[in-house]
Amino acid sequence: MDFLQLIISGLANGCVYGLIALGFVLIYKATEAVNFAQGDFMMLGAFVCIGFTNHEYMGLNFWLAVPLSILVMGGLGYLFNWGILRHMFGQSQTSIVILTIAMGFIIRFIAGAVWSHEPTSLETPFAGQDIRSGGLVLGIDEVLIVVVTAFLTLVFFLFFSRTRIGLAMQAASQNQLAAYYMGIPVRRIHSLVWGLSGMVAAVAGILFASKGAIDPSTGLLGIKAFAAAAIGGFGSLPGALLGGLIIGLVEPLASRYGPPGVSQIAPYAILLLILIFRPGGIFSQTQRKKV
Amino acid sequence: MRFVFKTSYDADISLFKHRAQAVWYGLLLLLVLATPLYFVAIGDAYLLGEITGILILAIAGMGLMLLTGHTGLPSLGHATFMAFGCYLNINLLGAGVPWLIAFPLSGLIAGGLGTMIALPVLRLHGVYLALATLAMSMLTSDFVVIAEPWTGGIAGAAVPDINIFGMEINRYSTPYKFYYLVLFVAILIVWFYRNLLRTPTGRSFTAVRDSEISARAMGINLTRTKAMSFFLSATAAGLAGALFGHSAGYVTNETFDLVMSITLLLMIVIGGLGFIHGAFFGAIVVGIIPVAIANGRTFLSTTFDVNINVPGLESALFAFILICFILFEPMGLYGRWLKIRTYFELFPFYRKDMFKRQKSYLKTDRVQ
Repeated sequence: MDFLQLIISGLANGCVYGLIALGFVLIYKATEAVNFAQGDFMMLGAFVCIGFTNHEYMGLNFWLAVPLSILVMGGLGYLFNWGILRHMFGQSQTSIVILTIAMGFIIRFIAGAVWSHEPTSLETPFAGQDIRSGGLVLGIDEVLIVVVTAFLTLVFFLFFSRTRIGLAMQAASQNQLAAYYMGIPVRRIHSLVWGLSGMVAAVAGILFASKGAIDPSTGLLGIKAFAAAAIGGFGSLPGALLGGLIIGLVEPLASRYGPPGVSQIAPYAILLLILIFRPGGIFSQTQRKKV
Repeated sequence: MRFVFKTSYDADISLFKHRAQAVWYGLLLLLVLATPLYFVAIGDAYLLGEITGILILAIAGMGLMLLTGHTGLPSLGHATFMAFGCYLNINLLGAGVPWLIAFPLSGLIAGGLGTMIALPVLRLHGVYLALATLAMSMLTSDFVVIAEPWTGGIAGAAVPDINIFGMEINRYSTPYKFYYLVLFVAILIVWFYRNLLRTPTGRSFTAVRDSEISARAMGINLTRTKAMSFFLSATAAGLAGALFGHSAGYVTNETFDLVMSITLLLMIVIGGLGFIHGAFFGAIVVGIIPVAIANGRTFLSTTFDVNINVPGLESALFAFILICFILFEPMGLYGRWLKIRTYFELFPFYRKDMFKRQKSYLKTDRVQ
């Protein structure tokens, strides 16, 4: 029973990692850039929702606040690309990496200045409720996280493989010049995908904050989500979820059954091992060029 | 306008392009040699310690510059190599090895270890390399705790004083000697770096940065070149780490954390990627910002009675400056200086787009 309980809480944690990783992968798949600030976007999304919902701030209805904060974060993502990243078009990936790292610092500062550095949690209507069956205790928040994550991964998977705009995003990533020639508005596609990933970040943040307290440094969680994305194979949506689940499961199990200190090391050690032995990740997206 | 006519092969490979350049650098050398005189005159060596810190940062920055600026491999884990150098130095000194041997040895071993770690990840490029080094950086503090017998773990380790032929050097009791020592190491590394860039090895680094495919077509062994770059870069970082240890006096598992790695990277971008000068300019900016913010705070609170005490302000300001640099001056401070100099050298003929880089359209890494 104890073991199962660990597995379930690990799954819920893993889904949050998976959701953040989903945000990276969306951007990476469409723009070939890596957003090192995705964890901070998630944190900001959570705080925006807290700002709408909690009674000491605006005190709106939770079910009204959720779509509102998702919209706000989507808009912020779009604006970030429109205002800053668009001007970086055609520059090296390294500078984009550094730019997003810097952006993360600024977001952390703003969140700390507006909502303070105290750990805060989101007031949800389902807080503290749980489902009990046969000795297992499932928090509604945990169940919700798993369901929403699975649903979002499926939606985005279909979005990329079935819709015209999803295909256009993949084309824009594979070869920008060729995509231009095919009449794809590459820049607008980029802004769009940044908006989408902002929305995903908001969802991840809301789920995370409904499960536990959040403070501005929570954004550093993004680094673990990176490990998740790379383990699954950067650029693969199911891979991001799988990587997140692996990390989410390994952490509690290692801290329960392993020697002390192992649980912090485990995610990065797995990442390094994967990068060494299977550089493309589990669902490797790397293909040989066919001439 | 100056025309440099090269009439011999020696002129082509000489350290300075023309006489005036040599004179200017000579003056700069005199200036840095004479700096302590000022502090002797005012009798307060506090700021000299800050300058020494800037020089140490610049040494680490040069290490990263070689890797990122000249070979084009981003690293988010250079603090790890600094940690290697620092702890190796402490342990060698503790084992009774004289400083003159322990110091270079700790740099070289750090370089070797760095290469061993880097070899498997060298096949990766771009984002994946950044990720692998990021993971390395995250693991550093945990490994310092695990290797407690050698590192002191969370409690930390005290760094012994430097002893060169009976001359004791300590950051606080003999700040002038420590300054000259660090300056000497920095100049030595600049000299080595400058010469390296004119050798086939150094040229192959630049070739790999500009295009891996063309470099391979020219017969450059990619893995060897990258491993070499990693070795030299980690060695410089290791030396900087050892000096950093002496300057801090006490190191714990949190000294060489991710923030330091990121600071190093931000530093060389602000200074100017791909120029030795960039490492120094960047180190100066990184060294001055905290002092400036502290002074600004005191000024505001004493004259206007305004108290700004927001945690994280420093890093946010730093990040803001960085974003401005990447957006408006991607070549960094040294690039700006180059533009200004060229403007005056060519006086009426400078054109706006002279330094404009060719735009490149990204292609995916996933199809190789």
